[in-house]
Amino acid sequence: MNGLTFDIAHLLAGSLVLISFMMLYQDRLFALINIFALHAVVLALSVAWQAYIQDAHHLYITAAIALVFKAIVIPVGLHRIIQRLGIHRDIETAVGIGPTMLAGIGLVTLSMVLMLRVTPEADPLAREDLAFALSIILLGLLVMVTRRNAVSQVVGFMSLENGLVLAATGAKGMPLVVEISVAFSILIAFIVIGVFLFRIRERFDSVDVGALDDYRGERR
Amino acid sequence: MISTVALLLCGPAAFLATAILGAAVSRRTFATRLVYGAAFVISAVLTAIVAGHLAGNSGEASATLPLGLPWTGARFRLDGLSAFFLLVVNLGGAVTSLYALGYGRHESAPHRVLPFYPAFLAGMNLVALANDAFSFLLSWEFMSLASWALVMAHHRDEANRRAGYIYLVMASFGTLALLLAFGLLAGPAGTYAFDAMRTAHPGPLAAGAVLVLMLLGAGSKAGLVPLHAWLPLAHPAAPSHVSALMSGIMTKVAIYGFIRVVFDLLGEPAWWSGIAVLLIGGVTAVLGILHALMEKDLKRLLAYSTIENIGVIFASLGLALAFKANAMPSAAALAFTAALFHVLNHSFFKSLLFFGAGAVLTSTGERDMEKLGGLIHRLPVTSFVFLIGCVSISALPPFNGFASEWLVFQAILRSPELPQWGLKVIVPAVGGMLALSAALAAACFVKAFGIAFLGRARSAAVERAHEVDRWSLAAMAVLAAFCLLAGILPGFAIDALSPVSLSLIGDRMPVQMAEPWLSIVPIAESRSSYNGLLVFAFIAISASLTAFFIHRFASHALRRSIAWGCGFTDAVPAAQYTAVSFAQPIRRVFGGFAFRARETVDMPAPGSLEPARLKVDMHDVAWEIFYQPITGAIDFATERLNHLQFLTIRRYLTLVFLYLVILLLVLALWP
Repeated sequence: MNGLTFDIAHLLAGSLVLISFMMLYQDRLFALINIFALHAVVLALSVAWQAYIQDAHHLYITAAIALVFKAIVIPVGLHRIIQRLGIHRDIETAVGIGPTMLAGIGLVTLSMVLMLRVTPEADPLAREDLAFALSIILLGLLVMVTRRNAVSQVVGFMSLENGLVLAATGAKGMPLVVEISVAFSILIAFIVIGVFLFRIRERFDSVDVGALDDYRGERR
Repeated sequence: MISTVALLLCGPAAFLATAILGAAVSRRTFATRLVYGAAFVISAVLTAIVAGHLAGNSGEASATLPLGLPWTGARFRLDGLSAFFLLVVNLGGAVTSLYALGYGRHESAPHRVLPFYPAFLAGMNLVALANDAFSFLLSWEFMSLASWALVMAHHRDEANRRAGYIYLVMASFGTLALLLAFGLLAGPAGTYAFDAMRTAHPGPLAAGAVLVLMLLGAGSKAGLVPLHAWLPLAHPAAPSHVSALMSGIMTKVAIYGFIRVVFDLLGEPAWWSGIAVLLIGGVTAVLGILHALMEKDLKRLLAYSTIENIGVIFASLGLALAFKANAMPSAAALAFTAALFHVLNHSFFKSLLFFGAGAVLTSTGERDMEKLGGLIHRLPVTSFVFLIGCVSISALPPFNGFASEWLVFQAILRSPELPQWGLKVIVPAVGGMLALSAALAAACFVKAFGIAFLGRARSAAVERAHEVDRWSLAAMAVLAAFCLLAGILPGFAIDALSPVSLSLIGDRMPVQMAEPWLSIVPIAESRSSYNGLLVFAFIAISASLTAFFIHRFASHALRRSIAWGCGFTDAVPAAQYTAVSFAQPIRRVFGGFAFRARETVDMPAPGSLEPARLKVDMHDVAWEIFYQPITGAIDFATERLNHLQFLTIRRYLTLVFLYLVILLLVLALWP
């Protein structure tokens, strides 16, 4: 592998991590969804680049799925949900931005240290990819943990899935079945959680999951 | 030619078929007769087969069934030890079924007893036959669950539900210990067949751990102190014939498990292993009989007395271990044979006594001795056989209890030959404990018989009591005859046990049937010998002569009590000795440390007409030391963990996330 292709793959995966960081400090829902769409676009680019350098044409399909569903369909759908729910002006973070960013940096360090330690004999590109993918997964989890709103938890969950796709495509010879199943699982999760949101809305007049806790008579 | 094992395996299969049949027809009127009749026939046939095997000294036989785990199969094997315990199980099963033919008709909820009774017998048979850890544990659990269902037969009673719950918890704990013991025996290769375990000798640490685990596992089922807490609750809760099976037979199956692992599979014992078993056995014997003495419920008294006898058996087994470890095979064979003989004897008299308690319960509806009294006039036959049971369990000659306990003491008297000072000191001390428990047992059964059967009736129910049915009487008479026969002809039993002791200890007691006049000579004529027949003849002749002289010369003179009443005045029955007052001197002596008993007197104020009251405050020390801290800790932990049930979704996510991060951190920092 020559230096340029490696650098481009590295650049794309690295920008995914960077965009995950950007998600951490968005306190408006629209902004968060826009960033997520950007995340999906960069994922599609990265997957397409992997398809090109590995000469694996089926990965183009994965890239297309990522682009169409994650970068267009889901963000548009979430926009509409938010508008229908009338929560686009909500500001919501459970934990302050500063500590969240510090925790994110710690997580990325952890995944780098871990991945570089446990895969010394693997292909360097796959190594870097796996390390980045693990960072994205952990950052996605962090988004889920630090948000109170169900919509932003959904976004965190989907960015986590993006990390999984990145890991799957970074390794050579992964069959297409995996990507399609991953994509569909996200779609299904999106639908289920979308339905769930409306149920919450109907019942409690809010999508703040804290309302569920209030309903159970528990402290937050 | 079908092998003996296959023939014996037909037994549990037939029992299970009877259980299914019993479940199907349990609400019909003929079901009781059908199930107990079938159980009687099957047990009797199995007894005959096993007795033939033991008498013919036919060696070993094994079979493998294609059941259970695919790579293990279910292995079964018949050798001397399992044949002996099968004899105990099936003889007890046959007599109990005979008793139940009559007793079972009074059962208020037969559909809760009939399906589980044959299943329980099947489980005990399978435990004694199993030849790999998997089938052993499966049969063991089957036995536990069937007996648990029988304990819960009268589940509307709150006390029975509590007993069932504690039994279930203790049974699970015991099986866990057995599981770990077999895991250690199987070693890293995971060979669960007993044949493979026998050849693989674990290291000293593992062997010690297996011994401790077996003491916990088999000991909790047998009722070793302090694991006995469930036994006096669960055994009396079941219907009386099931109590007899649980107390007389199932505790023996637990002893079988202990012997099978510690004497057979574990290989050569360490010398200190004897000390542990001896001490636990001695403490169990003394505490068991002290508890029995304090008891006024007849069935609970019998259950506590079972604990005492288990203690005697375990002490004897510990002695056998100590002798075996020091290469003294003849002494080890003596102690081991004594233990097995006591197993057989205890199964006889404990079943007999529980049958008697059941007969009393049927005819009076009472288990509380403070409400009985004078039953000898109402139930003459039951009283007579119960007396035989009491004399046997009190180890009085010429009955069987004396023969086996005498052998135990003969083995103890050989302890000065042991090389280790620890054993030299501890064995006589344990001997003292056993002697104390034997004396207390005599007091206990004087109390049981005297309060319940002698004196005058303490309640109206007793005055209306009438003798029980013939099936029950026949079963009790058979057991009483066994008690006498085993007492006057112990040589037969000792010789029949010699193949078992030969295969597990490597030596046997001297041939007893060769001795003149049916004497038994455990070591050498110069040291000691006992002739049950002679003692029996002497007691019979002297007692007859005394009775003859009294009746001939004394009782013709008619005497009437006169108004001065210096002898027997017509006091109220409540003024007789009661169970509690009989035990009071012993409670004063031992109650301080064994029960932390405290007596307080409530004196009324001067001028008040209220009676003074004597209050006794007693504690179950084992329960307070061992069980309450455990239940307290579990309650505390569950109370804390309960908060985890009610977290918010985000907190759950955070917990998962933190756990993942910690896991990754460990992976990253692991050297």
